[in-house]
Amino acid sequence: MQILGIFSKLHTAFLSFLGQVAMLAGETILSIFCGRIRPKLVIQQIAEIGFRSQLVVIVTGAFTGAVFTAQAYFQFASLNMETAVGPVVAISMFRELGPVLAGLMVAGRVGAAMSAEIGTMRVTQQIDALRALAVNPVDYLVVPRALAMFVSMPFLVVECVGCGILASYYVGVNVLNISGVYFLANTQKFADSSDIIMALVKGFFFAGVIVFISCREGLNAKDGAVGVGRATTSTVVNCSLAILIVNFFLTMALNVIFPAGQ
Amino acid sequence: MMSAPLIQVRDLVQKIGGQEILKGISLDIQKGETLVLLGKSGGGKSVFLRHLIGLMRPVSGSILFEGREVTRLKERELEPVRKKIGMLFQDGALFDSMNVFDNVAFPLRERGERDPAVIKRKVDESLAMVNMRGHDKKMPVNLSGGMRKRVALARAIISPPDVILYDEPTAGLDPIVSDSINKLICRLQAELHVTSIVVTHDMVSCDHIADRVALLNEGCIYFTGTTEDLRSSTDPTIRDFVDGRSGETIY
Repeated sequence: MQILGIFSKLHTAFLSFLGQVAMLAGETILSIFCGRIRPKLVIQQIAEIGFRSQLVVIVTGAFTGAVFTAQAYFQFASLNMETAVGPVVAISMFRELGPVLAGLMVAGRVGAAMSAEIGTMRVTQQIDALRALAVNPVDYLVVPRALAMFVSMPFLVVECVGCGILASYYVGVNVLNISGVYFLANTQKFADSSDIIMALVKGFFFAGVIVFISCREGLNAKDGAVGVGRATTSTVVNCSLAILIVNFFLTMALNVIFPAGQ
Repeated sequence: MMSAPLIQVRDLVQKIGGQEILKGISLDIQKGETLVLLGKSGGGKSVFLRHLIGLMRPVSGSILFEGREVTRLKERELEPVRKKIGMLFQDGALFDSMNVFDNVAFPLRERGERDPAVIKRKVDESLAMVNMRGHDKKMPVNLSGGMRKRVALARAIISPPDVILYDEPTAGLDPIVSDSINKLICRLQAELHVTSIVVTHDMVSCDHIADRVALLNEGCIYFTGTTEDLRSSTDPTIRDFVDGRSGETIY
């Protein structure tokens, strides 16, 4: 009976969380189209989210591409299929690894920072001060971050994928002695624009997941410094889980629209 | 004949964590007066103040601002009302990512002022009014408690409001800084002719600034009148508050 009660509470909390995120997303989208956009804040956030996240995304993409190439090579070499390494890595990077890894990295770096910043504003009454000054916190805090995230995330995904493929080429051709010509020719043959579109679409959705969960956690922070810490932790955990779950559904849906290998 | 009150509060009830904090408060606030709301710490004074600007919604009851019911307005519908009200938070609630100048200029910029010369002039005027000129480059973290309150006040008055709400303006300040804040409240009252509602438990502050006093006790308005009426009251609850007696015995 007690277990049933706990399960019921968790279920309610989960639905309430989803509802709050959806309501925040709805209010933000409405505000983007009907409210006032603050270009200066959007540019500041693009610098914070897009520009300053590049290093972590580049390193993640490059080393994932390099490691994946090595692993694929060791498997394919026994079948004399070394030249398949290029397209396998490229398609995997475009369709799954690039968007997911870039999303996870941005969630850890940017989502946590967003949540902590907004959470601190919340517990120090700065958000109340905004409201008292007749400034809607969603307009002022969430909209610039959401716009910056939607602009930056697809670029970061492309950067992650691009660096992964470059690193793959470097390791494959220079370290593992795969023929460069075949590597490129096969990559071009099997990877096409649908893979790129899939990466961009996923990047766009992950941007929404990260920004709305992070802002929701920040706006709901309470109980001082401990509460901000809790909000930051749950931002990273919830964003990471949400990215992995949303990725599954996106993969299923996008594979219907853009079937692999066609 | 007395005009209709600027703010009318009727049967305001608020519960927090199952506990009834406000138990049906009714209070009229006249235009241009300085009302001091006294009460024990944790007695619901700040909660009451937050209702006046729509930062909290009551469980029941109503608040009429200029005859318009505000407790049922949506967040965006409250904005025109909030533009007429300035609020000084207990700790100032300055934006810690902005320096003093940007904090004070914030309401102007948000209300569409783009001319840097106008913004500079108005910020200088506001800072001069609170004796904070020359501190405009400082970050909030580098200001003392009294300075933070002054800057927050400059921010609250830069777009002259009709009403200013003060949440414990002298709490945590030494007597000299407290006195300067009290004088500042009186000066703003004289120069801007605003309606002021001051929440405090500081009797010295009350004596300095109040036109009228309300005492909040056990979630209800226990007394309203002048400072003289309060001081001369023989009611035990009022006497305990005025004389600062807790009623507890030292063993």
